[in-house]
Amino acid sequence: MAIIETRSLTKTFGKIQAVRGIDLNIEKGEIFGLLGPNGAGKTTTIGMLCTIVRPTSGQGIIAGFDIARHPTQVRRKVGIVFQDPTLDTILTGRENLQLHARLYGIPASVRNLWIEEMLELVDLRERADDLTKTYSGGMRRRLELARGLLHRPAVLFLDEPTLGLDPQTRARTWEYIRTMAKREETTVVLTTHYMEEAQNICNRVGIIDAGRIIALDTPENMIDTMGGDIVTIQAPKPPLNQIRSLPYVSAMKTSGDTIEITMKSAHLHLAELLSMIPEVISVETRKPTLSDVFIKLTGHDIRDDAAENSESWVETIARYRQRGK
Amino acid sequence: MSTNILQKELLGISAVWWREFKVFWREKSRIVSSFVQPMMWLFLFGSGIGASLSIGDINYRDYIYPGILTMSVIFGSVFFGLYIIWDRKLDVLKAVLVAPVTRISIFFGKVLGGCTDVLLQVLILFAFSFLFPSVNPWGIPLALLILLITSIALVSLGLALGSLLESLEGFQVISSFLIFPVFFLSGALFPIDDRLPSWLQVLVKINPLSYTVDGVRGALLGIHTYPFYVNLGIIAFFAATMLLLGSILFSRMK
Repeated sequence: MAIIETRSLTKTFGKIQAVRGIDLNIEKGEIFGLLGPNGAGKTTTIGMLCTIVRPTSGQGIIAGFDIARHPTQVRRKVGIVFQDPTLDTILTGRENLQLHARLYGIPASVRNLWIEEMLELVDLRERADDLTKTYSGGMRRRLELARGLLHRPAVLFLDEPTLGLDPQTRARTWEYIRTMAKREETTVVLTTHYMEEAQNICNRVGIIDAGRIIALDTPENMIDTMGGDIVTIQAPKPPLNQIRSLPYVSAMKTSGDTIEITMKSAHLHLAELLSMIPEVISVETRKPTLSDVFIKLTGHDIRDDAAENSESWVETIARYRQRGK
Repeated sequence: MSTNILQKELLGISAVWWREFKVFWREKSRIVSSFVQPMMWLFLFGSGIGASLSIGDINYRDYIYPGILTMSVIFGSVFFGLYIIWDRKLDVLKAVLVAPVTRISIFFGKVLGGCTDVLLQVLILFAFSFLFPSVNPWGIPLALLILLITSIALVSLGLALGSLLESLEGFQVISSFLIFPVFFLSGALFPIDDRLPSWLQVLVKINPLSYTVDGVRGALLGIHTYPFYVNLGIIAFFAATMLLLGSILFSRMK
């Protein structure tokens, strides 16, 4: 049975259609990733599922409760870690959890026990009685994870849980998320910019762009649709037509003296391929990643939305114009 | 089932209340400054004017004691309520607002928290009432009652304004255009009688805080313009209105 089910979930802010009809089925115990550039509608979608944002139309059911008709019951069933930190910095770590426990109606008889368990799980027992304003970024995130899980929700929503953390802390945070999801049998729905991380942690991912889900599958299957490994060869005179006609080559792209070939089972066919190309300067083989899938599907890199790359801006605008027609 | 829901809402109210109390207790500097300012009014301003002025046979410093208590309540309560602008900026409130507790309960928790803070500040000032010979200590419970109800009204007002305002600049505007006028027009620093210019009399009479000052002055010094039940009634009506307004605006907040 699906723990989250949505049917054409839509949100319009004035004239802007932030979310344009999302259908999702997320199973109990899944770690599900919602990937997409800024403004794609990830946060709005999560907001609707957490009952913070009211859907314009469509339906959403979480753990058997309708998000529009029974928001309070839904709220009891979900935990949220927001993109920006929302800890009470003037309270200690333990006090933050105590406040949360009361707000979520956790009975006094188990309150302290659950709090201790959570502090233990996120390795914050020794710092539990310090004010959270003295915590590092990673510690704050861990405490927020503990808070999100304290009332034992069926679903935990994580909106960019590793944004702004250094790589080492990010890796550890994902480790915590994995451990906790397993131990508490919690379904996790997360958004992230970091494709490699999504690939490692998620059972399934949905790629969302301009308010729609444009792909939904396991990371492995998505990567499989790329048609094999990516081989980049630098050579001045490659026999392009000959390469293209090889049965195991699924795609080819050239720029300058570099060709990027997508091919099945590179480890079997690479030697043959190279024997056909004179004067090879360099060869690089890699497995495709979710980032490649994302670029293929949306035509731009997920990181490009930082607006530093003017070319991608032009592309983006062109894409939106096309949509309008 | 319904008692269970009620129980959870009450737990939610107490959670918010508990949080406000913790924060208040932790910020000792706020407690100190909330005590120092009224004392300066009483001893630097009151003693100065009192050197050459008495109202009836009561020394001016003693005369404004009820007014300064009211001032503490006005400033403490409204600023407490307005503080949610800051809470929202820092996203402290976000995690609370997504909890399975109704907005009304969060609002009531905040009101209770604010009143507790303000009442503690007032109790500190009462502890020094022995420095004011004309103050009748037996009147303190009645004075506390009036001040508590006033605090409920003003914390609600502060929360109502705080839920409308987006930026902290609102603090200044409200301080200059609401808090100070309301304080000066409450009769905190002068008697309300026929000697006042008529325009001032009108402004004073439509200011609900005038009835707080009159009630507290009646309880502590035995001089008042209106009977106690009139003062109490007007203040209670004011508080009920503000509670209603505040809970509506707070529920609609972003």
